Amino acid sequence: MTSFGFLLANLGRKPVRTWLTFFCIIVCFLLFGLLRSVGTAFTAPPNLSGVERLVVSPKYSIIDPLPISHMRQVRSVPGVEAAAHADWFGGNYLDLGLAFPTIPVKPMEYFDLYSEYQIPQAQLEAFENTRTGAVASRGTAERFDWRIGDVIPIVADIYPKMDGSLLWEFELVGIYDRPDQTSGNFEDFYIHYDYFEEAKQHSKGMIGWIAVRVENPDAAAEVASAIDARFENSRDPTRTMTENEYNAQFAQQIGNIGLMVTMILAAVFFSILLLVSNTMFQAFRERLRDLGVLKALGFSDGQVARMIIYEALILTLGGGVVGLLLCYGLLIMVSPILQIYGTFTLDALSLALGLATALVLGVVVSAVPAIRARSAPVVEVLRARA
Amino acid sequence: MTNIIDIRSLTKTYWRGGEAIHVLSGIHLTIRDGGYVALMGPSGSGKTTLLNMIGGLDKPSKGSVEVCGVEIGQLKGSALAKWRSHNIGFVFQFYNLMDVLTAQRNVELPLLLTKLSRKERRERALTALEIVGLADRAKHKPAELSGGQLQRVAIARALVADQRILVCDEPTGDLDRTAANQILDLLEILNSRHGKTIVMVTHDPEAAKHAHECLHLDKGRLTREAA
Amino acid sequence: MIGQIFEVTRFNFMSIKDRLYSSLVIVVGIAAVVSVLVSILAMGVGFQATLVDAASPDRALVLRKGSDAEMSSGVDQDAAAVVTQLSGVFGVSAELFAVADVPKRGSDSVANLPLRGVSPDGFTMRPAIKIVEGRMFSWGTREVIAGVKAAYEFEGVDLGNELPLRDMSLPIVGFFEADGGAYESELWTDVRTMQGALRRPDFSALRVQYEPSMGDSLNELVEEDKRLQLDFVPETEFYAEQSEGTSAIISVFGYVIASIMAIGAIFGALNTMYSAVSVRSREIATLRALGFAGLPVVVSVMIEALFLALSGGVLGAVGSYLAFNGYTASTLNQASFSQVAFDFAVTPQLMSLGIIWAIILGFVGGLLPALQAVRMPIVNVLRAE
Repeated sequence: MTSFGFLLANLGRKPVRTWLTFFCIIVCFLLFGLLRSVGTAFTAPPNLSGVERLVVSPKYSIIDPLPISHMRQVRSVPGVEAAAHADWFGGNYLDLGLAFPTIPVKPMEYFDLYSEYQIPQAQLEAFENTRTGAVASRGTAERFDWRIGDVIPIVADIYPKMDGSLLWEFELVGIYDRPDQTSGNFEDFYIHYDYFEEAKQHSKGMIGWIAVRVENPDAAAEVASAIDARFENSRDPTRTMTENEYNAQFAQQIGNIGLMVTMILAAVFFSILLLVSNTMFQAFRERLRDLGVLKALGFSDGQVARMIIYEALILTLGGGVVGLLLCYGLLIMVSPILQIYGTFTLDALSLALGLATALVLGVVVSAVPAIRARSAPVVEVLRARA
Repeated sequence: MTNIIDIRSLTKTYWRGGEAIHVLSGIHLTIRDGGYVALMGPSGSGKTTLLNMIGGLDKPSKGSVEVCGVEIGQLKGSALAKWRSHNIGFVFQFYNLMDVLTAQRNVELPLLLTKLSRKERRERALTALEIVGLADRAKHKPAELSGGQLQRVAIARALVADQRILVCDEPTGDLDRTAANQILDLLEILNSRHGKTIVMVTHDPEAAKHAHECLHLDKGRLTREAA
Repeated sequence: MIGQIFEVTRFNFMSIKDRLYSSLVIVVGIAAVVSVLVSILAMGVGFQATLVDAASPDRALVLRKGSDAEMSSGVDQDAAAVVTQLSGVFGVSAELFAVADVPKRGSDSVANLPLRGVSPDGFTMRPAIKIVEGRMFSWGTREVIAGVKAAYEFEGVDLGNELPLRDMSLPIVGFFEADGGAYESELWTDVRTMQGALRRPDFSALRVQYEPSMGDSLNELVEEDKRLQLDFVPETEFYAEQSEGTSAIISVFGYVIASIMAIGAIFGALNTMYSAVSVRSREIATLRALGFAGLPVVVSVMIEALFLALSGGVLGAVGSYLAFNGYTASTLNQASFSQVAFDFAVTPQLMSLGIIWAIILGFVGGLLPALQAVRMPIVNVLRAE
């Protein structure tokens, strides 16, 4: 037997109680993980691609268009290395409504700027050379079981074609991979800008926003101000932010998700605190005599107190780890379904926070029993009949 | 022969509601290494207090208690606990075994405080169970053992760490005559063959007969008589 | 039998104070589930009410074919003129709907503040609009009036303040209410002013007041006309669809979170009730030995579990009513792409739903321990110790 074995044996005293408590803790941390993932999905996690990009958007409202001529001017701002424009197509796929964001881009320009997106060169060239071509993210392609060569029909809501028809058809010519799940971008579906520009009925010559790569990331703020200064007195002034700020601002529109998550978690953890500390108290009360015996056998006050704390930690950390793992597995299963709302994952911060919470929970619930165990009088408890 | 227990002018006073209760007053007592002493006396005479003092569970108000060459009153909390684990084996009236552990694991418990390996711990626990004649019950939990068997497991636990002194508080108090006699025989063997010093509190005159000497406590004072 | 149940239950409740802490686990655990469920659903109900209550059966929207929101729609002057002439149409308000980036109060991040340019008919057909502070804007000027919720949510939407928009600045001259509807989240002005500010010659959509019995024929007239390329959508249909997505997400979120919590709460309740039974095992066995039947014991344990669960349910439902009923929040309405402020609506239905959940949780959590209580072999329990 080991000391750990002894702790486990003690937890096995009331197996039903221990397991029920353990399940509760698992459920609690499963919720913690899920809610954290909701929180991070809607507060736009920082882009981890390591690329510092700026987004040039219309100053007054993101729904305003920008003239395509802004591109040339943005490129001429000192410090700008490359720029690519994009727009919001909207549209409905099948009866799913907005199933994925559809974005008209110049293929070479855009994939050069988003160099962390991986697409076979041949597919990129096919995209460049196919006017009605489109490329999808791996996630979207798998979700709808698309193959290269498939024709994807999208019904426009903002952009009718010149002839008034709403049906746009795109040929899938490539599939790209996003390197990390926590990048702020969603599973975008890219269509060819040239075709879009030519075929759309209105807003000719207008684009949605411009993504910019700067030469020196440290000077990004200066470049952003320089871009905005360039357009300040034009008909279409701009507001330039880093990509992270842009995504975060978008996400915050949903509302104060963070506050909601915090309030739910407060309710959950208050309940679990009560439950686990109740379990620890009961276990402590039943074992008062055992603790006295241990002291008589030569275990010190500190050792006995630590034993109580470790016991609680086995429950809370064990439950925490299992709960977070369960959450991780669950998220892998459901995140493809939820992808249009955001990227739901457990990031390292959430994991660390979860384990830290489990640790604190374990110490808090065992603090009072441990202190009492420490001062439990040996002499009195020993004579009492079991 | 050397004295393993040397008690001088021991006084123990408890304070209850501002009133002093003298549980033990002016006790002088020496027990030689390898001795076997029975402590008798009516309830409340201070037997258990004296026993706890020898076992290092309690400290004197006045006087000195020297056990195995160590002055009990001078050891602090964890040092005292460590000292106990090396020198004292406790045997209680109600066995005080851990319900959740098997016999062998109960016996092994004091060894968790040593640096012994897992294997060594197991082996020594089994040896101790062999000494008390319960090697075949190693995997049983307390609920599956009889009173006499439980007390033998407790005795095995009290000698597994090679403690020099067995401190027994009414070891036969909860047992029928047959089981009690088996326990007393076992204690005698441990004393004579294994050289354990035994201090035993008992109400049972039969038990007291096994000891080399029998001490009587009354109202905190000691009277000695040979067994 | 009833007498027995009563007696045994009375025993249970007499000892409940000794088990106060562990009983509290059930109450608090279930209160947490119920309050989370009720509060989140109250959000969905409030959101939906805000949109749907604004709808009237005698009004419709005319949008560009394919558009399902005002924001993505566009209607030109000629089409507007055609629709105005249709029989069965009493009034037409040509409207322009856009959003402006304005920071929310207490935040430095901007959100989409909805702006609506309206025609005079827009007020006649929406009698719910009432100026509650300041005055109505004057037609043909840059003046705007703000919905009370827009004023509550957005920075700088204050009476007498000027709101910068494009290269203009719009003086805010009044606040209006709209019976709690979504318009209260908007800023309203003359549609001509909006056209000037946005440099747009067209409208987003037409708001039409019509004879409801003529709905189908109007629908046909508008949608069949190939020159128009427009859709005719009754408001009731339009807003139901607009609120559908977001309120469905909120409900699903609420039910998923509450269900997971409920699983935890059941474990907690089982734990408490098992220990309640085990603490009283001797007492229960004694009663059984004295001749009490099994059923009263089962029922008494169930009553205790249900009583605790019900207390938790009531606590959770009333708690979320006190904390959240009428609480104003705002979110991005995915369909209109603009911020909609709404009040949480903790309705009696939601509170009852929460209490029903509590009772179910108490029932599930109490049943197994109750059966355990009668399955314990009497003799063993009595002989133990």
